[in-house]
Amino acid sequence: MAAGAGVTLAAAPPAGAGPLRRLSDLLYRRPAVLLGLLLAPPVLWLGLVYLASLAALLVQSLFAVDPFSGVVVYRPTLATLAELFQPANFDIILRSVGMAAAVTAADLILAFPIAYYAARHATGRVKAAFYLLVMMPLWSSYLVKVYAWKLLLAKEGIVSWLAAATATQDLLDGLLAVPVIGGPSLSTSYIGTFLTFTYVWLPFMILPVQAALERVPGSLIEAAGDLGAAPGQCFRDIVLPLALPGLAAGSIFTFSLTLGDYIVPQIVGGSALYIGQAVLIHQGTAGNVPLAAAFTLVPIAIMALYLWGARRLGAFDAL
Amino acid sequence: MAAAIRLAGVSCHFGAVRAVDAVDLEIAEGEFFAMLGPSGSGKTTCLRLIAGFEQPTAGTIEIFGEGVDGVPPYARAVNTVFQDYALFPHMRVLENVAYGLKVKGVARAARDAAARAALAQVALDGLEGRKPAALSGGQRQRVALARALVNRPRALLLDEPLGALDLKLREQMQVELKSLQRELGLTFVFVTHDQGEALSMADQVAVFDHGRLVQVGAPADIYERPANAFVADFVGGANLLVAAEAALLGAPEQPCSLRPEAIRLVSANDPYNQPRLVGRLVDLQYQGATRRLIVALDAPFERLVLTAALPARAAEGLAPGMVLTLTFARDALWPLGPA
Repeated sequence: MAAGAGVTLAAAPPAGAGPLRRLSDLLYRRPAVLLGLLLAPPVLWLGLVYLASLAALLVQSLFAVDPFSGVVVYRPTLATLAELFQPANFDIILRSVGMAAAVTAADLILAFPIAYYAARHATGRVKAAFYLLVMMPLWSSYLVKVYAWKLLLAKEGIVSWLAAATATQDLLDGLLAVPVIGGPSLSTSYIGTFLTFTYVWLPFMILPVQAALERVPGSLIEAAGDLGAAPGQCFRDIVLPLALPGLAAGSIFTFSLTLGDYIVPQIVGGSALYIGQAVLIHQGTAGNVPLAAAFTLVPIAIMALYLWGARRLGAFDAL
Repeated sequence: MAAAIRLAGVSCHFGAVRAVDAVDLEIAEGEFFAMLGPSGSGKTTCLRLIAGFEQPTAGTIEIFGEGVDGVPPYARAVNTVFQDYALFPHMRVLENVAYGLKVKGVARAARDAAARAALAQVALDGLEGRKPAALSGGQRQRVALARALVNRPRALLLDEPLGALDLKLREQMQVELKSLQRELGLTFVFVTHDQGEALSMADQVAVFDHGRLVQVGAPADIYERPANAFVADFVGGANLLVAAEAALLGAPEQPCSLRPEAIRLVSANDPYNQPRLVGRLVDLQYQGATRRLIVALDAPFERLVLTAALPARAAEGLAPGMVLTLTFARDALWPLGPA
């Protein structure tokens, strides 16, 4: 026994032997070096590849295209940014922001009960099934889902068929006759674009809201009840304020994803442009990179404002 | 005295788990009532049934003479101090304490004044503007207490309120809670697994085991006249003797308990003290003012390992391995009922 123990001890490498051992010794003694090594790749990626190229793009918005030659003139000017406020361009911004706001509101309303149920009531297998069902649509191609919606909403699609079969054709026609949001069919109207957006971004709202609700201890809800708050008041005073960081995170996802998207409105909806499409056209076919850059600035500015407002409202106080 | 809270045949089963099983209980108004038991004994579920967080599967609960079957927690005349305090993290201390009054529609000025008074009552004035996260455990406990008391409940339910505090603070809060209860004349229902806490604070103690109420009585009843082996052992610790052993010691043939502090040490040739037990000292534990002796007895008690608590002076000069002669007064053998 004693001899065996001696052998094991002798087999242990002496301190300081081997380059790997020296490296791990160094990293152990100097945690800052370890941290630096771990952070270097992501910092380089974020700093150079990501932020620098974003800055390079945004700087483009300070240049302008010569109206006669169509060539970019590299002289700082605010003319391109001012162009955003021309009626044609400003309409695009308003339309995109309006759609993003509507989609965010709809996703909030749809996601909250689902997230609440999953966080506060579901357990075990039901909870696993919940995650699976929420995540599953994210595993299939986004294009497939959008085209599927186009078919569902088309004039000959299942929604029209269902309306005819259940004698609610008048209701559908009435909806499509509403000015602005209506159109010849669901798949070529704002309603169609809205429904598709609401569907594709819903998981991005459910998951953060569910995570926030998960962190609210059940005893807080019991305590509010114990102090005399009926369920509705408990919800307003306790659950909602504590879920606010999750609501803010989810709405940032749905809002910014809608604001930057250029595929959904191209497939489902009318011919009116959204910011994403405007960027695509200006930097591609039109060769007006400065105006495209100016358009990309809009979502960034809006999200910055949104975050600032959410912070002012105390959405992150409970973090 | 009128009954503040009455439980009649109350059961609460979760599937096959009988969390609370056929409990009959009466808590008098103005009483400090402790519900004592190990974890999983049903004491907390019993409290939650009174608060309304759980619904009984059988039986009825009355609070101040009114049946509360189906009455939600927010409509009951009781308030709870939670084990984890359950302070609202996004509200300041003052808002936390005033919340119950705000819900009842009391105007801001009045409810803030009441909340300040409640905070002063628990010696927390000056911390109104803090968030719960910026308080120590003891301070949070006091905020939870103030938040419940400010509503002037007719009975206060406390779920292991001192469990998370360190020993010193716990002892201090025991004294404060008791004097607060006496001052306000309120009914306190206090759940704890700490038998010392229950015995020192309560007027009445209810001992729970496996969802059943085993014994209810004044602390002295519980300690000196335990109903069965579980109570004898859980409350204060006891040597448990089987019927045959009790008979050999001259008691009726029935399981008995023998408190460690009832045992004395005598010299081997002392002719007067009876009964006498001889055994070998296995372990000697230092306990401050007393010494705890673990003694393995000789035949005919060879299956019995006795625990004795002796004053430090009486245990002087003892060492493990020594052969000791022990005795006790015959009436210290307390007959136990079935479990």
